[in-house]
Amino acid sequence: MTTLTVTQQILTIAVVVAGTMVTRFLPFLVFPPGKETPKYIKYLGDVLPPAVIGLLVVYCLKDVHFLSGNHGIPELAGVLSVALLHLWKRNMLLSIAGGTICYMLLVQLVF
Amino acid sequence: MTAKNQVGTALRAAFPHTIPILAGFVFLGIAYGIFMNSLGFSAIYPILMSLFIYAGSMEFLAANLLISGGFNPLNAFLLTLMVNARHLFYGLSMLDRYKGTGKKKFYLIFGMCDESFSINCTVNVPKDVDKGWFMLCVTALNHTYWVIGAAIGGLFGSLIRFNTEGLEFVMTALFVVIFIEQWLHAKRHASAFVGVGVSVICLVLFGGGQFSLPAMLGILGVLSLSRKTLEKKAEVEAA
Repeated sequence: MTTLTVTQQILTIAVVVAGTMVTRFLPFLVFPPGKETPKYIKYLGDVLPPAVIGLLVVYCLKDVHFLSGNHGIPELAGVLSVALLHLWKRNMLLSIAGGTICYMLLVQLVF
Repeated sequence: MTAKNQVGTALRAAFPHTIPILAGFVFLGIAYGIFMNSLGFSAIYPILMSLFIYAGSMEFLAANLLISGGFNPLNAFLLTLMVNARHLFYGLSMLDRYKGTGKKKFYLIFGMCDESFSINCTVNVPKDVDKGWFMLCVTALNHTYWVIGAAIGGLFGSLIRFNTEGLEFVMTALFVVIFIEQWLHAKRHASAFVGVGVSVICLVLFGGGQFSLPAMLGILGVLSLSRKTLEKKAEVEAA
């Protein structure tokens, strides 16, 4: 694995900024006031967000080895505690803090 | 009303709406700053990234892009487009609401994060308050909370005495919470299944380093191909 140079880091951040700006400005450029939005775009607007969040959850767990080492037990316990806390109290901050603390305790003290 | 009064009135009207976000953003911002610090980045990284990217989940992922997988701008760009694709649909919803806001429109669009969007598209602005300035204040206040949080975390993260091993899990926790929230709000879960399913298949096939691009294309493909089925289901349920 190679480490990025500062220039490469700046370019990577610039690309992320540009990509983010494209997603924010594009609709205003493509659909000036009074123009009808294509149905396919509206459809993607409905179905893409949940799928992308699903991808992100998997992305976060991509480096976990389920078949060796600690078998991903800290990660599974962390995710489970986030989910249970959230279904119980529905408080975003509590769920994130609780799950993260649970995970940190497991990787620091148990595994 | 003078211009100064107009801004002051809008600020006073906007602030109460942003208080929950003040708490959330400062907390998450600090976590982001500490996270960056724990990866070995100086405070200037979280400060500039929170200021210019200003899309929470993408900032965590950008940190990942900086430390793993090598230099791959195209992959970074496509990942950003996919992760932030929801902004496209915020934009579509705000086309009318941002109309007539003049020069403020540029910043309103630049700072359109999930939270600012949800306030600006739902709040009824009082009649004596200028709508453009109100939305600008909401956007700017939220942006400020986030940058301040990231700056605190980035600057003072190194002073933290406790062991921060495992803190990176805050990103996973954030996405799990968003995933559950979306699940609870949605009537149908087909696209959430497609997202997780295609991603897991691609992870097994391509490995952790390179699965995201095929996964993104796969999700777009499957959702496009199943459009008729999914739309028909939606119509049946709506009827």
